[in-house]
Amino acid sequence: MFGKLSLDSIPYHEPIIMVTATVIGIVGALVVGLVTYYRKWGYLWREWITSIDHKKIGIMYFLVALVMLIRGFADAIMMRTQQAIAAGGAEGYLPPHHYDQIFTAHGVIMIFFVAMPMVIGLMNLVVPLQIGARDVAFPFMNNVSFWLFAAGVILVNVSLVIGEFAKTGWLAYAPLSELQYSPDVGVDYWIWSLQISGIGTTLTGINFFVTILKMRTKGMTLFRMPIFTWTALCTNVLIILSFPILTATIALLTLDRYLGMHFFTNDMGGSQMMYVNLIWAWGHPEVYILILPAFGVFSEVISTFTKKRLFGYKTMVWATVAITFLSFIVWLHHFFTMGAGANVNAFFGITTMIIAIPTGVKIFNWLFTMYRGRLEFTAPVLWTIGFIITFTLGGMTGVMLAVPGANFVLHNSLFVIAHFHNVIIGGVVFGMLAGFTYWFPKAFGFTLSEKWGKRSFWCWLVGFYMAFMPLYALSFFGAMRRMQSYEQTEWQPLMIVAWVGAVIIALGIACIVIQLVVSIRDREKNRDVTGDPWDARTLEWSTSSPPPNYNFAHLPEVHSIDSYWEMKQQPGGFKRELSTHFEDVHMPKNTNEGPILGLFSLIFGFALVWHIWWLVAVGAIGMFVTFMVRIHNDDVDYHIPAAEVEKTEREYHKRLEMQA
Amino acid sequence: MATDTLTNHDAHAHDGHEHHDAGAMKVFGFWIYLMSDLVIFGSLFATFGVLGTATAGGPTSQEIFELPFVLVETFLLLVSSFTFGLAVLAQNAGDRGAVLKWLAVTFLLGFGFVAMEVYEFHHLIVAGHGPDRSAFLSSFFTLVGTHGLHVTFGLIWIATMFIQISRRGLDSVTKPRMLCLSLFWHFLDIVWICVFSFVYLFGAM
Repeated sequence: MFGKLSLDSIPYHEPIIMVTATVIGIVGALVVGLVTYYRKWGYLWREWITSIDHKKIGIMYFLVALVMLIRGFADAIMMRTQQAIAAGGAEGYLPPHHYDQIFTAHGVIMIFFVAMPMVIGLMNLVVPLQIGARDVAFPFMNNVSFWLFAAGVILVNVSLVIGEFAKTGWLAYAPLSELQYSPDVGVDYWIWSLQISGIGTTLTGINFFVTILKMRTKGMTLFRMPIFTWTALCTNVLIILSFPILTATIALLTLDRYLGMHFFTNDMGGSQMMYVNLIWAWGHPEVYILILPAFGVFSEVISTFTKKRLFGYKTMVWATVAITFLSFIVWLHHFFTMGAGANVNAFFGITTMIIAIPTGVKIFNWLFTMYRGRLEFTAPVLWTIGFIITFTLGGMTGVMLAVPGANFVLHNSLFVIAHFHNVIIGGVVFGMLAGFTYWFPKAFGFTLSEKWGKRSFWCWLVGFYMAFMPLYALSFFGAMRRMQSYEQTEWQPLMIVAWVGAVIIALGIACIVIQLVVSIRDREKNRDVTGDPWDARTLEWSTSSPPPNYNFAHLPEVHSIDSYWEMKQQPGGFKRELSTHFEDVHMPKNTNEGPILGLFSLIFGFALVWHIWWLVAVGAIGMFVTFMVRIHNDDVDYHIPAAEVEKTEREYHKRLEMQA
Repeated sequence: MATDTLTNHDAHAHDGHEHHDAGAMKVFGFWIYLMSDLVIFGSLFATFGVLGTATAGGPTSQEIFELPFVLVETFLLLVSSFTFGLAVLAQNAGDRGAVLKWLAVTFLLGFGFVAMEVYEFHHLIVAGHGPDRSAFLSSFFTLVGTHGLHVTFGLIWIATMFIQISRRGLDSVTKPRMLCLSLFWHFLDIVWICVFSFVYLFGAM
């Protein structure tokens, strides 16, 4: 009846998990209770869950990402604590089977359920506004993407309490992830959470690619697009071309595990090397999917706060395009030691090093933008400067790893861990937090507390260096990654330093939470009425904050790069004048089918993990029927009457006048 | 899904042009989806290319492929692509009856293709040459089966379009969907030509 699922699947004997589950349960009950008490379920359903508004979907992505950041960080600090005490062969407090789940979950959560939703969340919030559009190309599909992603998030979290997660490392290398060596449900949770959320990501990629190419406002040629939109475009190209490889690879592993096939098994002709090749053919573009939008954020931030046009706009675009292309021909550098041969390794070593060139172009562009600018040291700028230094360091250790000879020594050591945290924290996390601070007032209409933003920055910066520089050093002493315990007591002092670093990062995360609380408390004081708190340059700042659901009452017309800045430089300046003529605005309607599809996909995935075949059928048929209902539904759009648009705009102008 | 006004090129929310625009955007989006689907097939072809000779003591491709049978399958699918083309021509001419007729013919041909493939798979599995026998057979069944699954979804889609068009006729909703379906169907044809050439023809030689 319930497949492999029984009451024994819940790890009662693991106090850490049970306490965590209890805390999650209490917090969850509290949230449900509060929502019920304040009778907000209808509001949540109407305004958020079923919303096809790209801004709200973006906010939901980012919110989930922040929550998952705390979950992923809890895993991180547990690992650092274990390594700080498990010297001299000591057992520490985490047994191997638990430790292995933690490092797997940490990687999976941080990449798929923190970094990805931050990137996609920012894209959702910003891109349509930057190109002067009223929504994305396929608003319903956008909602579906979010709920498929959410189903993946829920599956990962369910694995904490019901059953277990994979013990294989975040990429579930075969044959370790095959049934023979991982007979439990951990890998199946990995499979279905990534498969379901990955399909959502592919749909997002298609959606935004079409949006950017087809829905730009009048006059916005490709080479007048803001850099963030350019990087989003390239990221979506990468998503469209690489996520299907992940889908296929996971599907093949699924067939091995569920139908006894032999793609990656040890016997019957299976090839583990094929798995490693396929997973990295997706995995390497994936890191650029994450970092390119961060580059976009830094470009916007630096040119806004220096009050200068970005230095070398065109080279920035071409550098982005070059990285997009190169990211597909470097994947083998993740496994030089596999033994593909000297010539193959040399080829991939060189292509990898070549990526440093367009990246260097970008670094110099940011530096030259700052040169002789009037740099304001706001929190987003601090993140950017911290990024430039940290990322350059991380890039250089990357070039070191790209030397096949050196790589044979460094492979699977803590050097690799230090390197990719150096670029992911210094690049992606700093970038996303800069973007969060920068666009928060656009989403909510008030700015975030600068004081707490800066505190968060300093904690993250100092914490990062303390946590990861020791790992570089340790790697030279021979310390490998994923150690539950180690013999060498002389490593312990540096491990403890790294632990202190992680604690400082924890303070940085706490500062973000405090920043949110303080800023929401003081929102009236920090209210931004104009919609342009930074005196910025691109179109999203030309409308009110938060923008009305139709974004622009009149679609703007663009004549140059940084078009909004140009408008402000006109003689007499940019006037937010009330138009005399309004028209109906045609908008998509909210959807019940999106969240319902997501719910059935969750049921489908959960049932497959536990081999509950009747429930699999329920999930599959449920998804199919929901989709059929959707395509037979004609009532998918409506018109906002001109009078209502006018009323909204008048209120905005009244607020402007009151402020003046 | 795509609402017309969302195309920004003209601000007039409700005149006739935009329906065309939204349809075009849908078709463009569908092209992009097909390209991503092609990457899935590319991954499966690559896997077959690597594992195609890993027979692990089991049967080789020469021993199990029956080209005449596959040739008949191939022609069913090729002809179905042609008849779908006729359905689209009928749509352009605004002839709903002919559209439905050619959709039905396409469905039958596609169904014949899937039926033959199921027969082939069943035949192989009964003979002990199932996908769990060797890496070669895993990759063969998965590549051909993924294509077959796509065709099956195509059949469901054709049936859905048949119902929709007979109920509401050819309008701004059904027409772009027909164009997408047509792209999908021809796409599967092209993929099948690759399957036929690289899997069956090379395999049988």
